[in-house]
Amino acid sequence: MTTTVSTQGGPAVKPDRPTTSYFIGRPRYGEFAIRIFLRVAAGVTIFTTVGILVALAIPSIGFFAEVPFVEFLFGTRWAPRFADASFGVVPLVTATAWTTLLALLVAVPLGLGAAIFLAEYAKPWLRKVLKPILEVLAGVPTVVYGFFALQFVQSTVLREWLQLPTGAFSVLAAGLVMGVMIVPTIASISEDAMSAVPNALRQGSAALGANRMQTTLRVVIPAALSGIVAAIVLGVSRAVGETMIVAIAAGNQARLVANPLEQGQTMTGFIANAALGDSRVGSIEYDTLFAVGLLLFLITLLINFISIRFVRRFREAY
Amino acid sequence: MRTIGSAITGSIRGEHPIAGGGNGERRPAALIFLVLLWLSLLVAIGVLITLIVTIIVEGQGQFSWRLFTEYPASSPDRAGARPAILGSAWVIATTAVMTIPLGIAAAVHLEEFADKKNWFNRFVELNVQNLAAVPSIVYGLLALAFLSMLGVRDKNIVIGGALALSLLILPVIIIATREALRSVPSEIRQGSLALGATQWQTVWRQVLPSAVPGIATGSILALSRALGEAAPLLVLGALVFVSFDPNGILSGYTTLPIQIFNWTGRPQEGFHQLAAATSVLLLVLLVVMNGLAIFIRNKFQKRW
Repeated sequence: MTTTVSTQGGPAVKPDRPTTSYFIGRPRYGEFAIRIFLRVAAGVTIFTTVGILVALAIPSIGFFAEVPFVEFLFGTRWAPRFADASFGVVPLVTATAWTTLLALLVAVPLGLGAAIFLAEYAKPWLRKVLKPILEVLAGVPTVVYGFFALQFVQSTVLREWLQLPTGAFSVLAAGLVMGVMIVPTIASISEDAMSAVPNALRQGSAALGANRMQTTLRVVIPAALSGIVAAIVLGVSRAVGETMIVAIAAGNQARLVANPLEQGQTMTGFIANAALGDSRVGSIEYDTLFAVGLLLFLITLLINFISIRFVRRFREAY
Repeated sequence: MRTIGSAITGSIRGEHPIAGGGNGERRPAALIFLVLLWLSLLVAIGVLITLIVTIIVEGQGQFSWRLFTEYPASSPDRAGARPAILGSAWVIATTAVMTIPLGIAAAVHLEEFADKKNWFNRFVELNVQNLAAVPSIVYGLLALAFLSMLGVRDKNIVIGGALALSLLILPVIIIATREALRSVPSEIRQGSLALGATQWQTVWRQVLPSAVPGIATGSILALSRALGEAAPLLVLGALVFVSFDPNGILSGYTTLPIQIFNWTGRPQEGFHQLAAATSVLLLVLLVVMNGLAIFIRNKFQKRW
C-alpha cells in the first residue's frame, strides 16, 4: 500500500492533463471527506426548498380533498372556523393586494428618490452618512413597526389628527408603515444598478448640454432600468410576505376590503392568527394554514424568479 | 469657467458622478427635482426618528430594572420581560451554533470548490437567491410540519424556534460568506498552491483566516435579523405565558419580539407602555450588535 502511494506521489504531471489542475499528491482521504461535507452543506439549501414544498404540499392535499380547488381560489367568503365553514381565499388575497399596493405607493417614490440622490447627487461623505441611516430602517424589527403602525399611525395620526372614519385597525396604517420598511430594499438595489452605469454615458450626456436632472431621467434611469425593476419586484415580494405589521395593525376580520380605511386580514395575517389557536395536527384548521402558506409561497416564488431574471439582465449589460 | 473645468476633471477622476456645471442646473425643473429627492430622503429618515421618539416617549414610564428581573404578570406595574430576554438569548445562541458552521461550509463549497458550470452548483446558487426572499412565516410552517412529523407534542421549544430561524438566516450567511471569500485576492491562493499546499490546506490556512472579519460581520448581521424576527416563532406557538427561566434547548420559551406582540395586543394602556419599553430594549440590543459588526469590519478587515 505504502509503496504504491509513494510511486504515485511526486510531481507526476501528465502532459495530457490541463495545466490548471493541481499536482497529484498522495491520496488524502480526510480532505475527500471534508469536500463531501462541504457539498452536503450546500445541499442543505436544496433540502430546505424541497422541505418547504413537501411540508406545504402534503397538508394541502388533505385540504383540497375536502375543499374544492375552485372554491378555494375564487370563493369570496373566508370563514374557516365558523359552523358553516367557507374557504374562499379571495378576501385574504384582496387584503394582501391592498397592503402591498399601499406599501409600494410609499416605497417606490421614496426608495427611488433616495437611490437617485445617493447615486447621482450626493458627495462621497454625504453618502457615507446617509446610507447607514437608511439601512437602520431595514434593521428595525417588524414587530416594532407593527407597534408604531397601531399606536401612532392608526390611533394618533389617522384617527386623532386627520379624524378619518376608521376603527381600531386599518389596512391603510399597515400598508403605509410597510412601505417605509421596504424603502431601504428598493433604495439599495436601485442605487447599485445606477452606480453600475458607466460614467462615460453621463459625461456624454453632459457634453451634449444636459443638466443632471436630464442626464438622470433620460440616460441613467433607462440604462439601469432592469435593476430598478428588480428592486421594485423584490419590494413586492417582501410586502406580500410581511407578517407582523399586518398581524398587529391591519386587523383580523377576513372580508373583502373595498376601502383602505377598513380592516382586513392578509394571507400572512391569517396564518399568524390561526397559529395562535391550538389546531390539532391533521384537522382541517391545521391543513388550512398550509394551503394558504402554499399559495403565499408560490406567489413569492414567482415574484422572486422575475426579480432574479431582471437582476441577471442588468449584471450582463455592462 | 474654473468651476466647470474642475467639475469635469472631478467627474473623470470619479469624485462626482455627474459634472455639476452651470449648464441648466438652476432651471426651475431641475431645482424642483432636487428638492423632491431631498424630500424623499427626509421623509424616510423623519419616519425613523418619529418611530424612535414614539417608543421612547411611550415607554419612558416603564423603564426600570423591573423589566429585567420580573416575569410577565396580569398587572402591567408588576410585569417584566425576564423570560423573554433569556428566551431570546437561548434561541439566538442555538441558532448561531446550528447555522454558522453550515453556512460557512456551504459558501466555501460554492466559492472555492464548486465547478461553476455544473448544473447542481448553478441550481444551488439560484436556490440560495430564492430562499433569501422566501417570507419568514413560511419557515415557521416548515418547522411546524417537521416537528409534527417527528411527533413532537409541544412545539414551543427552543430547538424548534432555532430550527426555523436557522433555515431563515442560512441563505443570508451563505451570501455574506461568499462575498468575504471573494474579496480575498487569488494571488494568496496561487501562492499557497505554488508552495505545495493542497486546495483544502489553502482554504483552511490562508483563505478562511483572511475572510474571518467579513464572515463575522455577516454572521452577526444575520443573527440580529433572527433576533428581531417574530413571525416563524408565532406559528410555532411561542405566544404563551412563560413564567419561568428557559434552561435548555428543550425548554419552553418566549422571545422579546413575541413579548412585544403579546403586550401590544392587550387592551390596557400600561401594557402598551411595556411593549414600547421592551421595543426600546430590543432596538438597543440590535444597535449594539450592528455596532459590533461594523467595528469588526473596520478594525480587522484586511485591505489588499
